[in-house]
Amino acid sequence: MQRALFPALFAAGVTFLLTCLVIGVRLQQDGPTLTVVGADAETWGWIGFAVVAVFLFQLFQQPLSAFKQRLPTPDLAALLPNEPLRRRLRPWLIALVVVGLFVWPFLVSRGAVDLATLTLIYVMLGLGLNIVVGFAGLLDLGYVAFYAVGAYTYALLSEYFGLSFWVCLPLAGLLAATFGCLLGFPVLRLRGDYLAIVTLGFGEIIRILLNNWTQVTGGPNGIGGIDKPTLFGLEFNRRAGEGSQTFHEFFGISYDSSHKVIFLYLVAVLLVLFTVYVINRIQRMPIGRAWEALREDEIACRSLGLNPTVIKLSAFTLGASFAGFAGCFFAARQGFISPESFTFIESAIILAIVVLGGMGSQLGVILAAIAMTILPELAREFQEYRMLMFGGVMVLMMLWRPQGLLPMKRPHLELKTS
Amino acid sequence: MSETTLYVLQQLINGLTIGSTYALIAIGYTMVYGIIGMINFAHGEVYMIGTYTAFITIIGLLTMGVGSLPIILLLALVTAVIISSTYGYAIERVAYRPLRGGPRLIPLITAIGMSIFLQNYIRLAQGSRDLAMPALISGGIQFGDPEVFEVSLSWMQLIIWGVTLVSMTALALFISRSRLGRACRACAQDLKMTNLLGIDTNRIIALTFVIGAALAAVAGVLLGLYYGTINPYIGFMAGLKAFTAAVLGGIGSIPGAMLGGLILGVTEAMTAAFFPSEYKDVVAFSLLVLILLFRPTGLLGKPDVEKV
Repeated sequence: MQRALFPALFAAGVTFLLTCLVIGVRLQQDGPTLTVVGADAETWGWIGFAVVAVFLFQLFQQPLSAFKQRLPTPDLAALLPNEPLRRRLRPWLIALVVVGLFVWPFLVSRGAVDLATLTLIYVMLGLGLNIVVGFAGLLDLGYVAFYAVGAYTYALLSEYFGLSFWVCLPLAGLLAATFGCLLGFPVLRLRGDYLAIVTLGFGEIIRILLNNWTQVTGGPNGIGGIDKPTLFGLEFNRRAGEGSQTFHEFFGISYDSSHKVIFLYLVAVLLVLFTVYVINRIQRMPIGRAWEALREDEIACRSLGLNPTVIKLSAFTLGASFAGFAGCFFAARQGFISPESFTFIESAIILAIVVLGGMGSQLGVILAAIAMTILPELAREFQEYRMLMFGGVMVLMMLWRPQGLLPMKRPHLELKTS
Repeated sequence: MSETTLYVLQQLINGLTIGSTYALIAIGYTMVYGIIGMINFAHGEVYMIGTYTAFITIIGLLTMGVGSLPIILLLALVTAVIISSTYGYAIERVAYRPLRGGPRLIPLITAIGMSIFLQNYIRLAQGSRDLAMPALISGGIQFGDPEVFEVSLSWMQLIIWGVTLVSMTALALFISRSRLGRACRACAQDLKMTNLLGIDTNRIIALTFVIGAALAAVAGVLLGLYYGTINPYIGFMAGLKAFTAAVLGGIGSIPGAMLGGLILGVTEAMTAAFFPSEYKDVVAFSLLVLILLFRPTGLLGKPDVEKV
């Protein structure tokens, strides 16, 4: 106890220094003059509480950690049904979820469906980035650039050439993939941390270019009035445009604006299912194995005759193409895009989703995307603390569970010696 | 002298001013990278916190009626250095030390998380609006032909140069002459061996974070006074620029960081002089990409051989 006293005092002092000036005093701007005001008693109370808490925690750290070790660790795996049963249940479970996804929007409110659509966009982005970060182990901090490329592809093509969503969707994916390939080719030779910074720089460059190329992209004003997707040429507006028909006229039902929302949601579901399916298949192909092998040990891979550049490039390109799809859909859903939507923060949110879900685990990423988009919507006060929470989550996850909440399980066979 | 020459001279002065603050921030990146080989992404936020602390101290002292400018500046500098160093220390202790020895990607993700966390922590505590302070130090020297183009060198710019020069000299002396400096150099050469020789490497690593944070705080005070406005988001861009400077000079090399900062500052000022100023960030990032592609060791860095 006595030996812990000095470190505890030190930690408490550090905590006080960290909080006293930055939280305890507040700068306030009244017109041209800047003044400082002390925070209210409650804030100072919290600061005092934090200092005392840190002091006590440090003082009793040893007994505490000894106590923690004696606590039994719950075995969560034992709660699940055993392996053969799980394998039999799996297709049914997947079918149930898919059917649920398609039926659910008809039963709930418009706002919920709209939120679900947004969540699905993040699911798609998370899955795409998961290929790059989770499988291939390449930290891409400029992922949002490919998202922007996809969104602007659709927005510009539909504005200048009148192309429809369904034509632009593959084009957006293709163009984003091309960008990924062009960027990836030179930078993938770099070591991991340099790669992260270069991709971040690339993301910023794309955003600045979009912001300043005013003649084409509209600059900071963005592009508005982007067409919504159609169902085989049927529009979801109240009145049809020239030479086309609306959905409600064709089926002879009265106009309801929720049709459009539900249709967008269903398109998003299809896109996500497509993404999940493709990634799931590729993961089991030789290229998918090569990604993971490369992530684990590049030098060993090279000596086994794998070409690291080609493998990394394929991960980068594929990840970028999914961002392109997501971007195209995002532009169609919003109807308006501007460079504001493609800042570094967006990249960080997607990265936080991948990190929280467990790098490489698809189910984990999907659940994390749902949690990260729905939690802030549920409690409005959360909105304010959303980014603070994201940052904190990224740090804590790396410290306690670097493999994520639902880590990936590799399919493996065990030799049984009886 | 012709108008263009004078104009270029003016941009050179501005560029060297910004460049020397980049150099101060870049030291933090380069020293940490030199020893533990990680990019401390949260370093830009430490700079931002330094700026906030300086503003709070200056305004606080002015409200209390302290009128003497040197005292105000000195106290602002001291407070900012103390608070920022504490942040640098705490970040290392909480977010990086437990992860040491693991895969390289993991501390980088923690660092990004830390950066987002700190940025929003300040935003919540101090508000997200721009805060502006009236200039404390005004005036300067004008020279050149008043009818063609007048080049101005403000006192503030001179102060920035002076303080940077003093800090850099102090750092160079500390690294090359003192016992702790020698330990720092030993750690940069071989961390494991240094540890075997009986040096507490954890303390030396913490020390590097503290030194880096202190220099970032100095840059924060100087730039805060120079621009006169702050918001919680200034750390991101400044951090990226300083990182570019560190890479340009050769990451891991302290003289490299100083050189890189100055070159980057001048390049940016020249770009802003002849092209629309929005493109100066594009130029900085393109420079970063090009160096990493064609000369990843930078101007003064040593090649990094990957060992099996």
